[in-house]
Amino acid sequence: MTALNPTVQPSAGPTFLGRRRKSRMDPTRNSTIAGLAAWAAALIFAIPVFWMVLTSFHSENDAATNPPSIAAELTLDSYRNFFGGASGLDPWPPLINSATASITSTILVLVLAIPAAYALSIKPVEKWTDVMFFFLSTKMLPIVAALLPLFLFARNAGTLDNIWFLVLLYTSMNLPIAVWMMRSFLAEVPAEMLEAAQIDGAGLILTLRKVVAPVAMPGIAATALICFIFSWNELLLARVLTGVVAGTAPVFLTSFVSSQGLFLAKVCTAAVIISLPVLLAGFAAQDKLVQGLSLGAVK
Amino acid sequence: MSSATAAPQRQRQSRPSTSDPKATARARTTRWARRAPLLPALIFLIIVTQLPFVATLIISFMNWNSLRPNDTSFAGIDNYISVLTDQGLRASIITTIILTVTVVLVSLLLGLGLALLLDKKFIGRGIVRTMLIAPFLIVPVAAALVWKHALLNPSYGLVNGTLTWVWSLFGSDNPPQPELLSQAPLFAVEASLIWQWTPFMMLILLAGLQSRPMDVIEAAQIDGASRWQIFRYLTLPHLRQYLELGGLLGTIYIVQNFDAVFTLTSGGLGTANLPFSIYQTFYTANDYGLASATGVVVVIGTIIIATFALRTVFTLFQKEESR
Repeated sequence: MTALNPTVQPSAGPTFLGRRRKSRMDPTRNSTIAGLAAWAAALIFAIPVFWMVLTSFHSENDAATNPPSIAAELTLDSYRNFFGGASGLDPWPPLINSATASITSTILVLVLAIPAAYALSIKPVEKWTDVMFFFLSTKMLPIVAALLPLFLFARNAGTLDNIWFLVLLYTSMNLPIAVWMMRSFLAEVPAEMLEAAQIDGAGLILTLRKVVAPVAMPGIAATALICFIFSWNELLLARVLTGVVAGTAPVFLTSFVSSQGLFLAKVCTAAVIISLPVLLAGFAAQDKLVQGLSLGAVK
Repeated sequence: MSSATAAPQRQRQSRPSTSDPKATARARTTRWARRAPLLPALIFLIIVTQLPFVATLIISFMNWNSLRPNDTSFAGIDNYISVLTDQGLRASIITTIILTVTVVLVSLLLGLGLALLLDKKFIGRGIVRTMLIAPFLIVPVAAALVWKHALLNPSYGLVNGTLTWVWSLFGSDNPPQPELLSQAPLFAVEASLIWQWTPFMMLILLAGLQSRPMDVIEAAQIDGASRWQIFRYLTLPHLRQYLELGGLLGTIYIVQNFDAVFTLTSGGLGTANLPFSIYQTFYTANDYGLASATGVVVVIGTIIIATFALRTVFTLFQKEESR
């Protein structure tokens, strides 16, 4: 930046030198200020998360004090109570339900989205952009408007409180996102490589395995993680369509708090445990998170 | 890029089709072979997402309360008149608008600020980024519960606890102890949503900042443009699309928000937004017709926003394609 040709501005010798010195000093000082500001902001944003984690390791008595007991003794009691079902609520069925719904629907999404993305990027059908935008438009319609018919259908078909009905709905909820993401990842496969494979007489399966898969694999992983997160987080459908048998972790969380004396540590423990898979998946997919959230529009 | 390579191929396939019926058949087979991988996803999505909306539309014109199953009849536009005249529902339309606009605008501004900070190099940038993303990766219900009980509880929440602590530092034993959840419930909902959505905006805007053409900015610096001028005339115009994208996607998600309202205030004290009201109309009041009509109103509102959103996505999409 500073290595510019002085002949461009021959008359501005001294000011140019002055500016150069300033511009060399400024970035470091500015990034120090920016760094401090960023750290301050990050701490403010992370405090609720830290507080949640810290409280989950406190005893109920230390959790509910005013002023807060930051340095209180740490204990695993509420984790033990959570998994021991001390409050009369067994956390395993909802956790298993959530895992079933999220993992199965993610697999289904990939099974449907990968071929679709292939037909939208590598060997595109005619009017493929229209198809893309149809997929996207379904994502923009609010789920709440479809809630009642889904409920009535489930009641009449006997799939109320059935986790597999939720799997189907989560699949449809995530399919448009996955198609958009997968298309943008598959479009990164160089056309020359595909042509070369064709000229060498490689069949479809071989091309997919040797040419497409290596390029698209990180994208497939990121898509899977993001679909997993959205399914795991979902509350409204699960709340209306499931009950005691198929209730998922978010539903469990809402029923968990009803009214049980001192329960702050319990709530934080449950929140930490239920958020943990999402935090892990999110940080694993960190680099591709934007691309997924912006439906592949931003890279 | 892929579309450019596909177009000539398609022409090559269709040209002989006018003369030779066998070739027509072959061309048709290739076309369907191309479409085949797309069809399962497309058909699945049409069945699962479009049919329920058709049903909602039909039910919205019916008088149907599941508590009076024998009274089911055709209602015409009565339900729609109720949506627009019912005090509670009208209030929830306004709440939805206030909630959405506030959350989207504030989190966009905060996200922009944070993205500009994170665009600079400093020690621990990776850690800061990770810490800033964390709020977005807490399960929304869990986040709402933590806000309600661990942060905003009037007697032992962290907010009032900190106030007590700060006041005691100055020797006062009479600190302010606001009860945000009952005194400013909508603000409490907004604050928790802003906290969760700022990272989303930040990520999109940071991606936008990092895709700036640096050579132009360096040229401007060399020409003596001030930092503000560079921001105003180069960075901001470049970011416009990303701001629009973030704003529109955020709007679409936050209009639909249910978790925060449901958990923090249970829709009480004027915080019931449309999704919560629909849930209540159908789940508690069992008025299926009215719930569906409200649903249709939400869909119409969303379609208006979505049209703009789709256009923005499309522009960015074309840009990426031509790259």
